[in-house]
Amino acid sequence: MSIWSYANPRKFLDTTAPWVPWLMWLSAVVLAVGLVWGFFFTPEAERFGSSVKIIYLHVPSALMAINAWLMMLVASLIWLIRRHHVSALAARAAAPVGMVMTLIALVTGAIWGQPMWGTWWAWDPRLTSFLILFLFYLGYIALWAAIPDPDGAADLTSVLCLVGSVFAILSRYAVNFWNQGLHQGASLSLDKQENVADVFWIPLLVCMAGFVLLFLALVLLRTGTEIRARRIEALRNRARRTGAVRA
Amino acid sequence: MKALLGRDLRLAVRAGGGFGLGLAFFLMVVVLVPFGVGPEAAILARIAPGMLWVAALLAALLSLDRIFALDHEDGSLPLLATAPLPMEMLALAKALAHWITTGLPLVIAAPVLGVLLHLPGQAMPWLLLSLAIGTPALSLIGTFGAALTVGLRRGGLLLSLIVLPLYVPVLIFGAEAARRGAEGLPAATPLLLLAGIGLGCVALLPFATAAALRVTLR
Repeated sequence: MSIWSYANPRKFLDTTAPWVPWLMWLSAVVLAVGLVWGFFFTPEAERFGSSVKIIYLHVPSALMAINAWLMMLVASLIWLIRRHHVSALAARAAAPVGMVMTLIALVTGAIWGQPMWGTWWAWDPRLTSFLILFLFYLGYIALWAAIPDPDGAADLTSVLCLVGSVFAILSRYAVNFWNQGLHQGASLSLDKQENVADVFWIPLLVCMAGFVLLFLALVLLRTGTEIRARRIEALRNRARRTGAVRA
Repeated sequence: MKALLGRDLRLAVRAGGGFGLGLAFFLMVVVLVPFGVGPEAAILARIAPGMLWVAALLAALLSLDRIFALDHEDGSLPLLATAPLPMEMLALAKALAHWITTGLPLVIAAPVLGVLLHLPGQAMPWLLLSLAIGTPALSLIGTFGAALTVGLRRGGLLLSLIVLPLYVPVLIFGAEAARRGAEGLPAATPLLLLAGIGLGCVALLPFATAAALRVTLR
Protein backbone atom coordinates (compact mmCIF):
# COMPACT_ATOMS: atom_id res chain seq x y z
CA MET A 1 0.00 0.00 0.00
CA SER A 2 1.84 3.07 -1.19
CA ILE A 3 0.96 6.73 -1.01
CA TRP A 4 -0.03 6.57 -4.67
CA SER A 5 -3.15 4.64 -3.68
CA TYR A 6 -4.54 8.01 -2.59
CA ALA A 7 -4.54 9.07 -6.20
CA ASN A 8 -7.83 7.22 -6.39
CA PRO A 9 -10.41 9.94 -5.72
CA ARG A 10 -12.76 7.54 -3.92
CA LYS A 11 -10.02 6.38 -1.55
CA PHE A 12 -8.81 9.96 -1.06
CA LEU A 13 -12.29 11.17 -0.13
CA ASP A 14 -13.01 8.21 2.12
CA THR A 15 -9.75 8.60 3.98
CA THR A 16 -9.58 12.37 4.35
CA ALA A 17 -13.21 13.40 4.75
CA PRO A 18 -13.58 12.08 8.33
CA TRP A 19 -10.34 13.77 9.32
CA VAL A 20 -11.26 17.25 8.15
CA PRO A 21 -13.55 18.23 11.07
CA TRP A 22 -10.97 16.95 13.58
CA LEU A 23 -8.22 18.89 11.87
CA MET A 24 -10.36 22.01 11.83
CA TRP A 25 -11.06 21.79 15.54
CA LEU A 26 -7.47 20.93 16.37
CA SER A 27 -6.12 23.86 14.36
CA ALA A 28 -8.68 26.18 15.95
CA VAL A 29 -7.61 25.10 19.43
CA VAL A 30 -3.89 25.27 18.69
CA LEU A 31 -4.23 28.67 17.06
CA ALA A 32 -6.35 30.01 19.92
CA VAL A 33 -3.81 28.79 22.45
CA GLY A 34 -0.88 30.16 20.50
CA LEU A 35 -2.40 33.55 19.74
CA VAL A 36 -3.80 34.18 23.21
CA TRP A 37 -0.51 33.09 24.77
CA GLY A 38 1.48 35.20 22.39
CA PHE A 39 -0.68 38.32 22.59
CA PHE A 40 -1.51 38.38 26.29
CA PHE A 41 0.87 36.20 28.24
CA THR A 42 4.28 37.21 26.95
CA PRO A 43 6.22 40.03 28.58
CA GLU A 44 6.48 43.39 26.86
CA ALA A 45 9.68 43.76 24.91
CA GLU A 46 11.00 47.26 25.58
CA ARG A 47 13.00 47.22 22.42
CA PHE A 48 10.10 46.62 20.10
CA GLY A 49 7.01 47.73 21.91
CA SER A 50 3.82 45.77 22.07
CA SER A 51 3.09 46.03 18.35
CA VAL A 52 5.66 43.29 17.77
CA LYS A 53 3.07 40.84 19.08
CA ILE A 54 1.59 40.79 15.62
CA ILE A 55 4.56 38.60 14.77
CA TYR A 56 2.40 35.73 16.01
CA LEU A 57 0.18 36.21 12.98
CA HIS A 58 2.76 37.56 10.60
CA VAL A 59 5.48 34.90 10.73
CA PRO A 60 3.26 31.80 10.55
CA SER A 61 1.20 33.18 7.69
CA ALA A 62 4.35 34.15 5.79
CA LEU A 63 5.72 30.66 6.40
CA MET A 64 2.56 29.06 5.04
CA ALA A 65 2.43 31.41 2.07
CA ILE A 66 5.76 30.07 0.85
CA ASN A 67 4.97 26.48 1.77
CA ALA A 68 1.64 26.61 -0.02
CA TRP A 69 3.42 27.52 -3.24
CA LEU A 70 5.95 24.70 -2.68
CA MET A 71 3.08 22.26 -2.16
CA MET A 72 1.48 23.51 -5.36
CA LEU A 73 4.79 23.00 -7.17
CA VAL A 74 5.08 19.40 -5.97
CA ALA A 75 1.43 18.70 -6.79
CA SER A 76 1.88 20.22 -10.26
CA LEU A 77 4.91 18.03 -10.90
CA ILE A 78 3.00 14.95 -9.80
CA TRP A 79 0.19 15.87 -12.19
CA LEU A 80 2.55 16.45 -15.10
CA ILE A 81 4.50 13.24 -14.49
CA ARG A 82 1.92 10.78 -13.20
CA ARG A 83 -1.36 12.39 -14.32
CA HIS A 84 -3.13 11.94 -10.97
CA HIS A 85 -6.18 14.17 -11.04
CA VAL A 86 -6.32 14.40 -7.25
CA SER A 87 -2.91 16.02 -7.34
CA ALA A 88 -3.95 18.65 -9.86
CA LEU A 89 -7.08 19.41 -7.87
CA ALA A 90 -5.06 19.65 -4.67
CA ALA A 91 -2.86 22.29 -6.28
CA ARG A 92 -5.95 24.16 -7.43
CA ALA A 93 -7.41 23.89 -3.92
CA ALA A 94 -4.27 25.13 -2.19
CA ALA A 95 -3.87 28.25 -4.30
CA PRO A 96 -6.54 30.49 -2.74
CA VAL A 97 -5.45 29.40 0.75
CA GLY A 98 -1.87 30.35 -0.06
CA MET A 99 -3.04 33.64 -1.57
CA VAL A 100 -4.94 34.58 1.58
CA MET A 101 -1.93 33.61 3.71
CA THR A 102 0.20 35.94 1.62
CA LEU A 103 -2.37 38.68 2.04
CA ILE A 104 -2.42 38.17 5.81
CA ALA A 105 1.36 38.34 5.86
CA LEU A 106 1.34 41.58 3.86
CA VAL A 107 -1.41 43.25 5.88
CA THR A 108 -0.03 42.25 9.28
CA GLY A 109 3.36 43.40 8.07
CA ALA A 110 1.87 46.77 7.21
CA ILE A 111 0.09 46.98 10.58
CA TRP A 112 3.40 46.20 12.25
CA GLY A 113 5.28 48.62 10.08
CA GLN A 114 3.20 51.66 10.92
CA PRO A 115 4.14 51.97 14.61
CA MET A 116 7.57 50.43 14.08
CA TRP A 117 8.95 52.39 11.12
CA GLY A 118 6.29 55.06 10.73
CA THR A 119 5.14 53.79 7.37
CA TRP A 120 2.42 51.46 6.13
CA TRP A 121 4.62 50.09 3.42
CA ALA A 122 8.32 49.81 2.70
CA TRP A 123 9.93 48.42 -0.42
CA ASP A 124 12.31 46.22 1.49
CA PRO A 125 13.29 42.87 -0.06
CA ARG A 126 11.07 40.64 2.02
CA LEU A 127 7.88 42.68 1.65
CA THR A 128 8.49 43.14 -2.06
CA SER A 129 9.09 39.43 -2.59
CA PHE A 130 5.81 38.70 -0.85
CA LEU A 131 3.97 41.18 -3.03
CA ILE A 132 5.36 39.47 -6.13
CA LEU A 133 4.37 36.08 -4.68
CA PHE A 134 0.84 37.44 -4.22
CA LEU A 135 0.76 38.40 -7.90
CA PHE A 136 1.93 34.92 -8.87
CA TYR A 137 -0.94 33.43 -6.88
CA LEU A 138 -3.40 35.77 -8.61
CA GLY A 139 -2.19 34.75 -12.05
CA TYR A 140 -2.34 31.04 -11.20
CA ILE A 141 -5.89 31.24 -9.83
CA ALA A 142 -7.01 33.37 -12.78
CA LEU A 143 -5.61 30.86 -15.28
CA TRP A 144 -7.46 27.97 -13.62
CA ALA A 145 -10.68 29.95 -13.80
CA ALA A 146 -10.20 30.96 -17.43
CA ILE A 147 -9.84 27.57 -19.10
CA PRO A 148 -12.99 25.47 -19.50
CA ASP A 149 -11.36 22.10 -20.18
CA PRO A 150 -10.30 20.73 -16.76
CA ASP A 151 -7.39 18.58 -17.93
CA GLY A 152 -6.07 21.31 -20.18
CA ALA A 153 -6.39 23.79 -17.35
CA ALA A 154 -4.50 21.43 -15.05
CA ASP A 155 -1.70 21.12 -17.60
CA LEU A 156 -1.37 24.83 -18.32
CA THR A 157 -1.50 25.87 -14.68
CA SER A 158 1.08 23.21 -13.80
CA VAL A 159 3.46 24.60 -16.40
CA LEU A 160 2.78 28.10 -15.08
CA CYS A 161 3.51 26.93 -11.53
CA LEU A 162 6.82 25.45 -12.65
CA VAL A 163 7.98 28.45 -14.63
CA GLY A 164 6.60 30.72 -11.92
CA SER A 165 8.62 28.91 -9.26
CA VAL A 166 11.84 29.47 -11.20
CA PHE A 167 10.99 33.13 -11.66
CA ALA A 168 9.92 33.46 -8.01
CA ILE A 169 13.35 32.30 -6.85
CA LEU A 170 14.96 34.55 -9.43
CA SER A 171 12.82 37.48 -8.27
CA ARG A 172 13.81 36.94 -4.66
CA TYR A 173 17.47 37.44 -5.51
CA ALA A 174 16.73 40.20 -7.99
CA VAL A 175 14.75 42.08 -5.35
CA ASN A 176 17.59 41.65 -2.85
CA PHE A 177 19.94 43.09 -5.44
CA TRP A 178 17.50 45.88 -6.23
CA ASN A 179 17.15 46.93 -2.64
CA GLN A 180 20.77 46.53 -1.55
CA GLY A 181 21.88 48.64 -4.42
CA LEU A 182 20.01 51.66 -3.07
CA HIS A 183 20.12 51.27 0.71
CA GLN A 184 23.35 49.65 1.71
CA GLY A 185 22.95 47.70 4.89
CA ALA A 186 19.56 49.03 5.95
CA SER A 187 17.58 45.99 6.92
CA LEU A 188 14.08 46.61 8.12
CA SER A 189 12.90 43.07 8.79
CA LEU A 190 13.23 41.18 12.00
CA ASP A 191 15.61 38.36 11.17
CA LYS A 192 15.33 35.06 12.93
CA GLN A 193 19.03 35.33 13.62
CA GLU A 194 18.24 38.01 16.17
CA ASN A 195 18.14 36.81 19.71
CA VAL A 196 14.54 35.82 20.23
CA ALA A 197 14.16 34.53 23.72
CA ASP A 198 12.39 31.25 24.40
CA VAL A 199 9.56 33.06 26.10
CA PHE A 200 8.62 34.56 22.72
CA TRP A 201 9.74 31.64 20.59
CA ILE A 202 7.54 28.90 22.02
CA PRO A 203 4.19 30.63 21.48
CA LEU A 204 5.48 31.40 17.99
CA LEU A 205 6.06 27.71 17.39
CA VAL A 206 2.56 26.96 18.62
CA CYS A 207 1.11 29.52 16.22
CA MET A 208 3.13 28.09 13.36
CA ALA A 209 1.83 24.62 14.19
CA GLY A 210 -1.69 26.03 14.26
CA PHE A 211 -1.28 27.59 10.82
CA VAL A 212 0.13 24.36 9.40
CA LEU A 213 -2.86 22.44 10.73
CA LEU A 214 -5.20 25.10 9.37
CA PHE A 215 -3.60 24.85 5.94
CA LEU A 216 -3.83 21.07 6.01
CA ALA A 217 -7.48 21.12 7.05
CA LEU A 218 -8.44 23.73 4.46
CA VAL A 219 -6.60 22.07 1.58
CA LEU A 220 -8.03 18.62 2.37
CA LEU A 221 -11.50 20.11 2.61
CA ARG A 222 -11.16 22.06 -0.62
CA THR A 223 -9.60 19.15 -2.52
CA GLY A 224 -12.57 17.03 -1.50
CA THR A 225 -14.85 19.79 -2.76
CA GLU A 226 -13.00 19.96 -6.08
CA ILE A 227 -13.25 16.19 -6.52
CA ARG A 228 -16.97 16.29 -5.83
CA ALA A 229 -17.41 19.23 -8.20
CA ARG A 230 -15.65 17.30 -10.97
CA ARG A 231 -17.95 14.38 -10.29
CA ILE A 232 -21.04 16.54 -10.56
CA GLU A 233 -19.71 17.93 -13.83
CA ALA A 234 -19.14 14.43 -15.18
CA LEU A 235 -22.62 13.32 -14.13
CA ARG A 236 -24.16 16.39 -15.75
CA ASN A 237 -22.30 15.72 -18.97
CA ARG A 238 -23.42 12.13 -18.94
CA ALA A 239 -27.04 13.14 -18.31
CA ARG A 240 -26.82 15.67 -21.12
CA ARG A 241 -25.51 13.08 -23.53
CA THR A 242 -27.91 10.29 -22.64
CA GLY A 243 -30.77 12.77 -22.40
CA ALA A 244 -30.00 13.96 -25.92
CA VAL A 245 -29.86 10.38 -27.22
CA ARG A 246 -33.20 9.59 -25.60
CA ALA A 247 -34.80 12.70 -27.02
CA MET B 1 12.51 28.23 -39.46
CA LYS B 2 13.56 31.06 -41.74
CA ALA B 3 10.33 30.66 -43.66
CA LEU B 4 8.28 30.89 -40.49
CA LEU B 5 10.21 33.93 -39.35
CA GLY B 6 9.80 35.60 -42.72
CA ARG B 7 6.08 34.91 -42.70
CA ASP B 8 5.60 36.41 -39.27
CA LEU B 9 7.62 39.48 -40.13
CA ARG B 10 5.71 40.07 -43.32
CA LEU B 11 2.39 39.64 -41.52
CA ALA B 12 3.45 42.10 -38.89
CA VAL B 13 4.39 44.90 -41.25
CA ARG B 14 1.29 44.54 -43.36
CA ALA B 15 -1.65 46.87 -42.88
CA GLY B 16 -3.42 45.02 -40.07
CA GLY B 17 -0.22 43.84 -38.50
CA GLY B 18 0.09 46.41 -35.77
CA PHE B 19 3.74 47.06 -36.50
CA GLY B 20 3.91 50.64 -35.35
CA LEU B 21 1.50 50.19 -32.44
CA GLY B 22 4.10 49.21 -29.92
CA LEU B 23 6.23 52.16 -30.87
CA ALA B 24 3.27 54.53 -30.70
CA PHE B 25 2.32 53.19 -27.30
CA PHE B 26 5.91 53.67 -26.11
CA LEU B 27 5.75 57.29 -27.21
CA MET B 28 2.35 57.72 -25.54
CA VAL B 29 3.49 56.44 -22.17
CA VAL B 30 6.65 58.54 -22.26
CA VAL B 31 4.56 61.60 -23.06
CA LEU B 32 2.21 60.84 -20.17
CA VAL B 33 5.01 60.69 -17.61
CA PRO B 34 5.70 64.44 -17.35
CA PHE B 35 1.96 65.08 -17.12
CA GLY B 36 1.92 62.71 -14.18
CA VAL B 37 4.99 63.82 -12.27
CA GLY B 38 5.40 67.43 -13.32
CA PRO B 39 7.69 69.04 -15.89
CA GLU B 40 10.66 69.73 -13.62
CA ALA B 41 13.78 68.61 -15.47
CA ALA B 42 15.68 67.36 -12.44
CA ILE B 43 12.91 64.98 -11.39
CA LEU B 44 12.39 63.73 -14.93
CA ALA B 45 16.08 63.09 -15.40
CA ARG B 46 16.15 61.12 -12.16
CA ILE B 47 13.29 58.82 -13.16
CA ALA B 48 14.00 58.70 -16.89
CA PRO B 49 15.93 55.39 -17.09
CA GLY B 50 13.35 53.54 -15.00
CA MET B 51 10.34 55.07 -16.73
CA LEU B 52 11.75 54.33 -20.16
CA TRP B 53 12.20 50.72 -19.12
CA VAL B 54 8.66 50.52 -17.74
CA ALA B 55 7.23 52.09 -20.87
CA ALA B 56 9.22 49.72 -23.12
CA LEU B 57 8.03 46.78 -21.03
CA LEU B 58 4.39 47.83 -21.32
CA ALA B 59 4.73 48.40 -25.05
CA ALA B 60 6.20 44.93 -25.47
CA LEU B 61 3.31 43.55 -23.41
CA LEU B 62 0.77 45.10 -25.73
CA SER B 63 1.62 43.07 -28.80
CA LEU B 64 1.95 39.73 -27.00
CA ASP B 65 -1.50 38.34 -27.63
CA ARG B 66 -0.99 38.68 -31.35
CA ILE B 67 1.79 36.12 -31.29
CA PHE B 68 -0.39 33.05 -31.46
CA ALA B 69 -3.92 34.40 -31.57
CA LEU B 70 -4.08 35.03 -35.30
CA ASP B 71 -2.71 31.60 -36.14
CA HIS B 72 -5.12 30.03 -33.69
CA GLU B 73 -8.08 31.86 -35.18
CA ASP B 74 -7.48 30.87 -38.78
CA GLY B 75 -6.48 27.34 -37.87
CA SER B 76 -2.87 27.46 -38.97
CA LEU B 77 -1.56 26.63 -35.49
CA PRO B 78 -2.23 22.87 -35.83
CA LEU B 79 -0.63 23.00 -39.27
CA LEU B 80 2.48 24.61 -37.84
CA ALA B 81 2.50 22.02 -35.07
CA THR B 82 2.55 19.15 -37.54
CA ALA B 83 5.29 20.74 -39.61
CA PRO B 84 8.78 19.17 -39.59
CA LEU B 85 9.94 22.03 -37.39
CA PRO B 86 10.01 21.07 -33.68
CA MET B 87 7.50 22.96 -31.52
CA GLU B 88 10.32 24.44 -29.49
CA MET B 89 11.82 25.99 -32.60
CA LEU B 90 8.36 27.30 -33.50
CA ALA B 91 8.21 29.01 -30.11
CA LEU B 92 11.70 30.43 -30.61
CA ALA B 93 10.82 31.68 -34.08
CA LYS B 94 7.69 33.37 -32.79
CA ALA B 95 9.62 35.03 -29.98
CA LEU B 96 12.28 36.20 -32.42
CA ALA B 97 9.63 37.63 -34.74
CA HIS B 98 8.05 39.45 -31.81
CA TRP B 99 11.42 40.87 -30.82
CA ILE B 100 12.25 42.05 -34.30
CA THR B 101 8.89 43.70 -34.81
CA THR B 102 8.39 45.12 -31.30
CA GLY B 103 11.52 44.87 -29.15
CA LEU B 104 14.04 46.13 -31.64
CA PRO B 105 12.08 49.27 -32.59
CA LEU B 106 11.69 50.02 -28.89
CA VAL B 107 15.43 49.75 -28.39
CA ILE B 108 16.09 52.11 -31.27
CA ALA B 109 13.42 54.59 -30.19
CA ALA B 110 14.44 54.67 -26.53
CA PRO B 111 17.29 57.19 -26.74
CA VAL B 112 15.14 59.50 -28.86
CA LEU B 113 12.33 59.36 -26.32
CA GLY B 114 14.90 59.72 -23.57
CA VAL B 115 15.49 63.23 -24.79
CA LEU B 116 11.87 63.99 -23.90
CA LEU B 117 12.55 62.89 -20.34
CA HIS B 118 15.86 64.73 -20.02
CA LEU B 119 17.80 61.48 -19.90
CA PRO B 120 21.45 62.37 -19.23
CA GLY B 121 23.65 61.92 -22.28
CA GLN B 122 25.97 59.45 -20.60
CA ALA B 123 23.02 57.18 -19.91
CA MET B 124 22.10 56.71 -23.55
CA PRO B 125 24.51 53.90 -24.46
CA TRP B 126 23.74 52.09 -21.21
CA LEU B 127 20.01 52.37 -21.77
CA LEU B 128 20.47 51.07 -25.29
CA LEU B 129 22.58 48.18 -24.12
CA SER B 130 20.28 47.22 -21.27
CA LEU B 131 17.23 47.31 -23.52
CA ALA B 132 19.03 45.40 -26.26
CA ILE B 133 19.90 42.62 -23.83
CA GLY B 134 16.61 42.75 -21.94
CA THR B 135 13.97 42.93 -24.66
CA PRO B 136 14.69 39.44 -26.07
CA ALA B 137 14.01 38.07 -22.59
CA LEU B 138 10.78 40.06 -22.53
CA SER B 139 9.79 38.58 -25.88
CA LEU B 140 10.54 35.04 -24.74
CA ILE B 141 8.65 35.38 -21.47
CA GLY B 142 5.80 37.02 -23.32
CA THR B 143 5.67 34.22 -25.88
CA PHE B 144 5.35 31.74 -23.03
CA GLY B 145 2.49 33.76 -21.56
CA ALA B 146 0.82 33.99 -24.96
CA ALA B 147 1.03 30.22 -25.37
CA LEU B 148 -0.69 29.79 -22.01
CA THR B 149 -3.61 32.01 -22.95
CA VAL B 150 -3.98 31.29 -26.64
CA GLY B 151 -7.57 30.59 -27.58
CA LEU B 152 -9.06 32.32 -24.57
CA ARG B 153 -11.53 35.06 -25.21
CA ARG B 154 -10.46 38.25 -23.40
CA GLY B 155 -7.14 36.57 -22.85
CA GLY B 156 -5.29 39.87 -23.03
CA LEU B 157 -5.84 40.96 -19.45
CA LEU B 158 -5.11 37.50 -18.08
CA LEU B 159 -1.96 37.49 -20.21
CA SER B 160 -0.82 40.73 -18.59
CA LEU B 161 -1.58 39.39 -15.10
CA ILE B 162 0.49 36.27 -15.75
CA VAL B 163 3.38 37.89 -17.59
CA LEU B 164 4.00 41.03 -15.53
CA PRO B 165 5.24 39.26 -12.38
CA LEU B 166 7.53 37.20 -14.60
CA TYR B 167 8.89 40.44 -16.06
CA VAL B 168 9.99 41.80 -12.68
CA PRO B 169 13.57 40.39 -12.57
CA VAL B 170 14.29 41.60 -16.10
CA LEU B 171 12.96 45.04 -15.23
CA ILE B 172 14.96 45.19 -12.00
CA PHE B 173 18.29 44.44 -13.64
CA GLY B 174 17.61 46.38 -16.82
CA ALA B 175 16.52 49.54 -15.06
CA GLU B 176 19.38 49.22 -12.58
CA ALA B 177 21.87 49.03 -15.42
CA ALA B 178 20.35 52.11 -17.07
CA ARG B 179 20.31 54.00 -13.76
CA ARG B 180 23.91 53.17 -12.96
CA GLY B 181 24.89 54.24 -16.45
CA ALA B 182 23.06 57.53 -15.93
CA GLU B 183 25.05 58.20 -12.77
CA GLY B 184 28.35 57.19 -14.33
CA LEU B 185 28.72 54.13 -12.10
CA PRO B 186 29.91 50.79 -13.48
CA ALA B 187 26.92 48.86 -14.77
CA ALA B 188 28.59 45.56 -15.56
CA THR B 189 26.92 43.53 -12.81
CA PRO B 190 23.29 44.14 -13.66
CA LEU B 191 24.04 43.82 -17.37
CA LEU B 192 25.68 40.46 -16.86
CA LEU B 193 22.81 39.27 -14.68
CA LEU B 194 20.37 40.50 -17.30
CA ALA B 195 22.26 38.60 -19.98
CA GLY B 196 22.18 35.54 -17.74
CA ILE B 197 18.42 35.75 -17.40
CA GLY B 198 18.10 36.23 -21.15
CA LEU B 199 20.20 33.19 -21.94
CA GLY B 200 18.31 31.13 -19.37
CA CYS B 201 15.06 32.16 -21.04
CA VAL B 202 16.37 31.17 -24.48
CA ALA B 203 17.44 27.80 -23.12
CA LEU B 204 14.36 26.89 -21.10
CA LEU B 205 11.29 28.85 -22.08
CA PRO B 206 10.84 27.39 -25.60
CA PHE B 207 10.25 24.02 -23.95
CA ALA B 208 7.65 25.42 -21.58
CA THR B 209 6.03 27.32 -24.46
CA ALA B 210 5.91 24.20 -26.63
CA ALA B 211 4.36 22.23 -23.75
CA ALA B 212 1.67 24.88 -23.34
CA LEU B 213 0.95 24.92 -27.08
CA ARG B 214 0.61 21.16 -27.17
CA VAL B 215 -2.03 21.34 -24.44
CA THR B 216 -4.09 23.81 -26.44
CA LEU B 217 -3.75 21.81 -29.62
CA ARG B 218 -4.95 18.57 -28.05
